[in-house]
Amino acid sequence: MLEYDFMQHALIAGGIVALLAGVVGYFLVLRGQTFAGHALSHVGFAGATGAALVGASPMGGMIAVTLASGVAMGYLGDRLQGSDIAIGSVLSLSLGLGMLFLHFYTSYATQATALLFGNVLGVDVDTLWWLTLMALVSLAVLALLARPLLFVSLQPELAEARGVSLRRVSMLFLAIVALATAASVQIVGVLLVFTLMVGPGATAQKLTVRLGPGIVLAASIALAETWLGITLAYVTDWPTSFWITALSTAGYLLASLYASRST
Amino acid sequence: MEVLRLDRVTVTFRDRRVLDDVSLMVEQNQFIGVLGPNGAGKTTLMRAILGLIRPDAGQITVLGQSGLRGNPDIGYMPQVRSANASLRLCGRDFVAIALHGHRWGWPRLNRQAWLDVDRALELVDARDLARRPLAELSGGQRQRLLLAQALIGRPRLLLLDEPLISLDPRHQHGVIELVRQVREALGITVLFSAHELNPLLPAIDQVLYLGHGHLALGPVDEVIQPDVLSRLYGAPIDVVRQNGRVFVMSGEVDVEKEEHCHDA
Repeated sequence: MLEYDFMQHALIAGGIVALLAGVVGYFLVLRGQTFAGHALSHVGFAGATGAALVGASPMGGMIAVTLASGVAMGYLGDRLQGSDIAIGSVLSLSLGLGMLFLHFYTSYATQATALLFGNVLGVDVDTLWWLTLMALVSLAVLALLARPLLFVSLQPELAEARGVSLRRVSMLFLAIVALATAASVQIVGVLLVFTLMVGPGATAQKLTVRLGPGIVLAASIALAETWLGITLAYVTDWPTSFWITALSTAGYLLASLYASRST
Repeated sequence: MEVLRLDRVTVTFRDRRVLDDVSLMVEQNQFIGVLGPNGAGKTTLMRAILGLIRPDAGQITVLGQSGLRGNPDIGYMPQVRSANASLRLCGRDFVAIALHGHRWGWPRLNRQAWLDVDRALELVDARDLARRPLAELSGGQRQRLLLAQALIGRPRLLLLDEPLISLDPRHQHGVIELVRQVREALGITVLFSAHELNPLLPAIDQVLYLGHGHLALGPVDEVIQPDVLSRLYGAPIDVVRQNGRVFVMSGEVDVEKEEHCHDA
């Protein structure tokens, strides 16, 4: 299967995004902010379709809108807590707007499925470069941010007392989450981002209670699930996104069983 | 040696004067119980000492330094939130994130840093606990890890905000005893806020009683007096002493018990 360009691209793109989503997802799960990834991808859908409508790059539109929303969520911080209904309304509105934009831009009808459920087999070289750049920037910023981020996530009052700005850290982290989300959409689509961002991180935390090994494990699980999913899709001719969600869920269930047996 | 000084300090929190032109001086190696009715400003006082709330007037000095946010000489244990109760991260890593946690970078600790973490765990006798994830620990056990975290960086003033909240009497006693031992081992000053005075009586050297913008600091026998407390509560207060226990009464009501019920 490696003789095909589209398979090579799929495996490279999937690998890059999996590493990014796995690492960012570990922190997302630790912070109990998994809903943020889900929310950002929905908002991104409106951005991508809106950009397509005005003739811009859908991926560019998605990145711009998720980034802006991520930073805004970080700025609002605790004030978002408990406003599930407001957030839910914004998410529905975003999907609705996305549908409206697609309605006006009829020639992009197939784009809807690709955005919603991913199209890893259709990744071109340009997109590969974009994904590489996004992953490098996100991981570099995360490497700088990791220590205060953990401090703020686990002991906000103590971190504040030591002079860490909760808002600044939160805004930077959600900007990273926004980039990781936009990247994940290229692989599994808007609706299934949860599977790549949250599944591996949550699975890793069932398997180890150490921080360093947990992050490495989350990235490895994401990578394994993505590559295996692409391979299974090639063999069975079923959609890649189905296989990745199936593997992600199975992985989490097995890890939960393991964790409950070992305690 | 002087550890903490408040010089005619006024602090406002949510448009209310929590401290109104108060002064005090705290020496080294003191275990001080911080008491007062709900909303009297126990947490606000601690946040002001930490530099998180700026006084409207006056000066707060900690070990010779004032107006410093993030003073490494202060250890702080905030009121427990339930958020960490489901955390699947081992106690040792949890404690370690407080070490240099304010610096940018990847959280890699060198051998010396891990020795510091283990020393803090040793002080609260939690080396074994620290291998397990927080999600599997009891409230009292988590409390011990939080205390270890507050001791990271070798502080000389320890602020503990309501460490007894939601613990049963047996665990309450355990926490107080642990803090007493740590205080003795390190010779530092501890401010320990609580709802009730009686559990603290055997351990504390002094009591700091807050109320109506004022405060009183001194030995229990001097502060827990009807005239002093009546001023702080702004209402006539009786003090009943019985079998080594002290009850602060307003009319027929035990005010501390009353506070506790409101809080639950």
